Amino acid sequence: MKRATLLVLLSLLLALFLVACGGSEGSESAATEANESASTSETAVEAPADAGATCTDAIGCVEVAPGDPIMLASSLVVSGPNTELGLDSQYGVEIAIDLRGEIMGHAIELQPEDDGCSAEGGQTSAQKIVSNPQIVAIIGTSCSGAGVPAAKIISDAGFAMVSPSNTSPSLTDPALHEAGYLRTAHNDKIQGAAMAEFAYNELGVRKAAVIHDGDPYTEGLATVFSDSFKALGGEIVAFEAEAADATNVEPLLTSIAASGPEFIYFPVFIPLGSLLTNSAANIEGLKGVVLAGADGIQSPSFLENTVGTSEGMYASGPDLSFSNAFYTDTFLPAYMEKAGTEPTAPFHAHAFDATNMVLDAIEKVAQQGADGTLLIGRQALRDALFATSGMEGITGTITCDEYGDCADPQISVSQVQSGEFVRIWPEK
Amino acid sequence: MAQTANFSKAVRLGLIAGIVALSVSAIGMVQTFDVRDIITGVLTLGQLLLFSTALIAGYFSWQKGEGVAPVGAILRGLVAGLLTAVPPIALIFLTIIWPGIRNSFVNVSADLIEILTFGQTPVVGSLMLLVVMGVLGVIGAAFDLLPKRIQKPLFSGLLWTLVIGLLSEILLLILRPYTPRAVLNFLFGAKGITPITAVIIFILAVGISAWWDAQGKQAMQQRRAEMAPAKAKQLRRLNIGLGVAFVLILPVIMGTYLTEVADIVGTFILMGLGLNIVVGFAGLLDLGYVAFFAIGAYVMGLLTTQGDLGVGGLSFWAALPFSVLAATLAGIILGVPVLRMRGDYLAIVTLGFGEIIRVLVVSDLLKPYIGGAQGILQIGKPEAMGFVFVQPEHYYYLILAGCLLAVFVSWRFRDARIGRRWMALREDEDVAEAMGIRLVSTKLMAFATGAAFSGLAGAIFASRLSSIFPHSFNLLISINVLSLIIVGGLGSLPGVVVGALVLVGLPELLREFAEYRMLLYGALLIVTMLLRPEGLWPSPIRRRELHAADIDHRPDDSEDAKSMA
Amino acid sequence: MSQRFKEIDFIGVFLWVFRAVIIVLVIYGTVAKLFLGVGNTYTVEIWVDFLISGLSQGSLYALIALGYTMVYGILFMINFAHGEFFMSGAITSTVLVAAYLSASGFMDSQPVISLLVITAVAITTSISVALLTERIAYRPLRRAPRLVPLITAIGASFFWQYFFRGLFGSALIPFPVPEALQGRWTILGLEFLRTRVVVMATTIIALVSLYLFIQRTKTGKAIRAVAEDKDVAALMGINVDRTVSITFAIGAAMAGVAGVLWGLVFRQVHFYMGFVPGIKAFTAAVFGGIGSIPGAALGGLLLGVIEAVGPPLFLEGLGIAGAHQLKDVIAFTMLVLVLIFRPQGLIGEKLAEKKA
Repeated sequence: MKRATLLVLLSLLLALFLVACGGSEGSESAATEANESASTSETAVEAPADAGATCTDAIGCVEVAPGDPIMLASSLVVSGPNTELGLDSQYGVEIAIDLRGEIMGHAIELQPEDDGCSAEGGQTSAQKIVSNPQIVAIIGTSCSGAGVPAAKIISDAGFAMVSPSNTSPSLTDPALHEAGYLRTAHNDKIQGAAMAEFAYNELGVRKAAVIHDGDPYTEGLATVFSDSFKALGGEIVAFEAEAADATNVEPLLTSIAASGPEFIYFPVFIPLGSLLTNSAANIEGLKGVVLAGADGIQSPSFLENTVGTSEGMYASGPDLSFSNAFYTDTFLPAYMEKAGTEPTAPFHAHAFDATNMVLDAIEKVAQQGADGTLLIGRQALRDALFATSGMEGITGTITCDEYGDCADPQISVSQVQSGEFVRIWPEK
Repeated sequence: MAQTANFSKAVRLGLIAGIVALSVSAIGMVQTFDVRDIITGVLTLGQLLLFSTALIAGYFSWQKGEGVAPVGAILRGLVAGLLTAVPPIALIFLTIIWPGIRNSFVNVSADLIEILTFGQTPVVGSLMLLVVMGVLGVIGAAFDLLPKRIQKPLFSGLLWTLVIGLLSEILLLILRPYTPRAVLNFLFGAKGITPITAVIIFILAVGISAWWDAQGKQAMQQRRAEMAPAKAKQLRRLNIGLGVAFVLILPVIMGTYLTEVADIVGTFILMGLGLNIVVGFAGLLDLGYVAFFAIGAYVMGLLTTQGDLGVGGLSFWAALPFSVLAATLAGIILGVPVLRMRGDYLAIVTLGFGEIIRVLVVSDLLKPYIGGAQGILQIGKPEAMGFVFVQPEHYYYLILAGCLLAVFVSWRFRDARIGRRWMALREDEDVAEAMGIRLVSTKLMAFATGAAFSGLAGAIFASRLSSIFPHSFNLLISINVLSLIIVGGLGSLPGVVVGALVLVGLPELLREFAEYRMLLYGALLIVTMLLRPEGLWPSPIRRRELHAADIDHRPDDSEDAKSMA
Repeated sequence: MSQRFKEIDFIGVFLWVFRAVIIVLVIYGTVAKLFLGVGNTYTVEIWVDFLISGLSQGSLYALIALGYTMVYGILFMINFAHGEFFMSGAITSTVLVAAYLSASGFMDSQPVISLLVITAVAITTSISVALLTERIAYRPLRRAPRLVPLITAIGASFFWQYFFRGLFGSALIPFPVPEALQGRWTILGLEFLRTRVVVMATTIIALVSLYLFIQRTKTGKAIRAVAEDKDVAALMGINVDRTVSITFAIGAAMAGVAGVLWGLVFRQVHFYMGFVPGIKAFTAAVFGGIGSIPGAALGGLLLGVIEAVGPPLFLEGLGIAGAHQLKDVIAFTMLVLVLIFRPQGLIGEKLAEKKA
């Protein structure tokens, strides 16, 4: 009896491999195509003979029937500890869509997904998005870790994505860049370098220490800062790390104090950031040493946790002092109405610009058939996105390079003055 | 006297249910789940959660055999239901007295109060809540008054309606390619099923269930009994064949996204099968199981990545044995120091091992070799005869093959001598040793086999994501895997599958659950251990152990004995 | 023991090598640091700073470790959820009391009363959570196999974590430190942070009074009797269930006190704060000898000190980058070493086979 079952199982395994190989023949053409073209194109390519227009795009088209909405998707972190970051961006996306209203008589609809701020979450949300062939483009992801697998899936499937808050250099590295990936967020290389310049030239410090928490974002920023600082001629006296959920950080700070820094940069998030700030006040050896963080701590919650101790410290981040009237008169009120609060994270404006970039590109490439059917070529859309140049957004003038970096990188440094972040550098 | 005593039970249950209702509201579950409709415009998941408390309190408020008259039963249900409403109503009024409550209790928002008060003013809303809860309590109590043959179909009708409503999004994903839009719009609402669909499902389920109880089951059993043994065997094979065929074509039915979810579930099944050997068979509680998953993934990553960290630049297939081997070795190496530890000590030490691996992986110390916080990118994909595995569908078959292999190995080991040794070890180490079982090899074998499956899962995981980061390998993975094998049934192979489907698949599909995933895991672990320690789909041996009293003799004992010989 | 394994030689050699490697590494690192001048050179004052910081952290571990040790002593189970008892007290008293006292200015004008009120609330919450957990998740399973209550304890741990996350949110909550406790006091010519002094003093008082309670009072005797043998204790007329509940309550009360002290030192609380300290405190309890109250105190202090001194001493000495990141590795390696080579801990009694 058991032997019979064993036989069944074995033959089943065999069958499996056969199926896997047999299946491969069928989908081989699609798969080999997948790299430069879309495996989902079969749904889109069905020639709309009645509509009059035909799809000539290299990797397929999205066909939007009369009365149907144009579908966008977002993949932002809307659960877990980083929810604020993702929701903030999502409001930016929604406001951009609301303000646009419609494109060529078609409403715009958003399918929001969650990137979970992890590689797994990015992968799953991307697969979910590309399984809906009606989706034209994606705004996301929030976190760089999620962006890496998502960029691959989305690009392989022929879609295009614009991230409002991925800052990891690897995503737009010429060797690693995926064909459908763009971003309106600044590259970490710029933020780290800006802080190094501020510390070296403005503050005049020559010896700096760096602390990161093992997150790819903070570690990347810390590395860029220390490289730039050294390039300017400064000395990195300590490059340390601490667990993000650490408790007793005094030994770490005591160690660092002994190496004699004039400046400590810790581009970490709020829990560790406030712990470091509070504990540094207790260390004799750190009297007079300048502290600085990054956009991870630029939040009211950080200030609440460090009353008294954070006074005078610095933080780098994207420049949010948008001078344009549009931001203050139109965007902010719309945001307040949607979210019920002031912006909670720095990237809503980047999300707004990213969405507008996508919508502009769609307007540019969409072809309208006689009966109102829209045809949006996927390659054409990509080309249009990468060709974005001189677009006036909230965050500045947006121009994309061939590897998808589109941001107008304006990094500013703020100082905590009387319990508030005040922008101090560069001077306007 | 007896009467009041019985009422005190209803009172107690009502209050407990009320506190549960208050808690699920205050921690935000009601309003988070309120986004998901079950029946569009009629019932949301949040409401279901809230109101089911009263229903359940009513149902348990009296017991058959207490000699309670129907009126008394209904009265008890009413009391329990009304009392269930009291704590939430207290919350409604608390928000009026204390407007700043949200600064302390972040989830007590205006949205929540709107749900609790049905969008009415506090007084009207509270009264409505009281009435609704009371009625539900009465319904719950009255349900038990019905004869069994009516109860059962009603219950299954209700259950099916709710389940299908809850899973409507998945059905929609499956049906969309084949079904005209108009039909879909008729059947499904924005985020649930339409009331008409609900009624149809309810009637169908009630009908089928009633028919099954009345005739179907009997007829089926009769037909089975009359069948010749050879034919019965044939039928069984046919069933197995159909099952296999179904599993094989599943990706085609499910589409890309659901297959992706199936891949995630499959990865956890693979790990669960491995941990099942360690915990379920050998009784060694391992809380650092994620370490082997990480080792498998990192070895795969390092050996196949095209990036700077790459070592060897192997293909997926060439690297796979190394991944599994590395994990197995790690299992043995970590196994040696803990050989002499038992139960809870073992659990804590393995937890420590898991944490050590996690900290080391992210550390600056090893960054030059394994990438530190930046992880490993550009990990190789499997390739066979010029065909590259890219889509979730491709990985589905790879994972399925892995799972089948793991099932096969587990199943053979369980019934082989080593399996007997593991079980002896699980029951009593000292006795096992006295019987001549060599503890060292037996324990190490369990650790090694378990680690090998985890390493395999890790290798496939790394390749599937083509990038890995240290944060993917945290303690929660170990807890997830442990929870799923316990909820599924320790030592049971089908239990692992069921556990993974319920604990990994469902939260993946119903994103609202994500926030409360760990809370539900925790509660499920406790409830499982208290009420059903053998799990959802227990292994026959364990069921026998745990319910030794109610099973006297089972014919298949002889079969087990035979296979041992 | 040594006769138990047929392959004892192979295993024994492996364990000896394991032990020797770690000892060599530690000694080499220490020598390199102190005499060869690898990395930063620290003055004596700095080493004292490391030590004090470690002792203060260790006091907190000791207070939490008491709960583990007492429950283990009486039930022989690892109460995995104990860290959450600690967290529940800290977070509830911060959100519901401390925040309001601070906002009204009462905290600064009446620091002692405020802290007492906060501590009372913390203790009450911790005890309630502990008793509820004991009643629902542990008591019905007292006769079950030992794995079973451990699993429910893990379940309870995650349940409470996410329950309080739901109640009070996942954000970091600031713990207000009264002005009177900011800054330093000079004691015996040395400057101490005031919060540190409060922490250590409170810990000593708590430990001593607990020890006296266990040794001198009738309830203490009952606890010891139940720890010795539940059945016999029951025969002697001791209410076992009640005694177990009292044990849980005492452990939770200590955890509640630790929660407030934790807030004072680190100035922030959140829902996840119980997990890591919980595991560390368990390590401390095992280190000192689980089941023994002085052992928990000693283990806690030692663990705190090793965590603070270890990275700058031998890890930096070994030239390891980001040494402080690895302090958890030191803690857990210590746990493994203790469990392998001295399962009874530093000053614990040798437990019978059945218990260990």
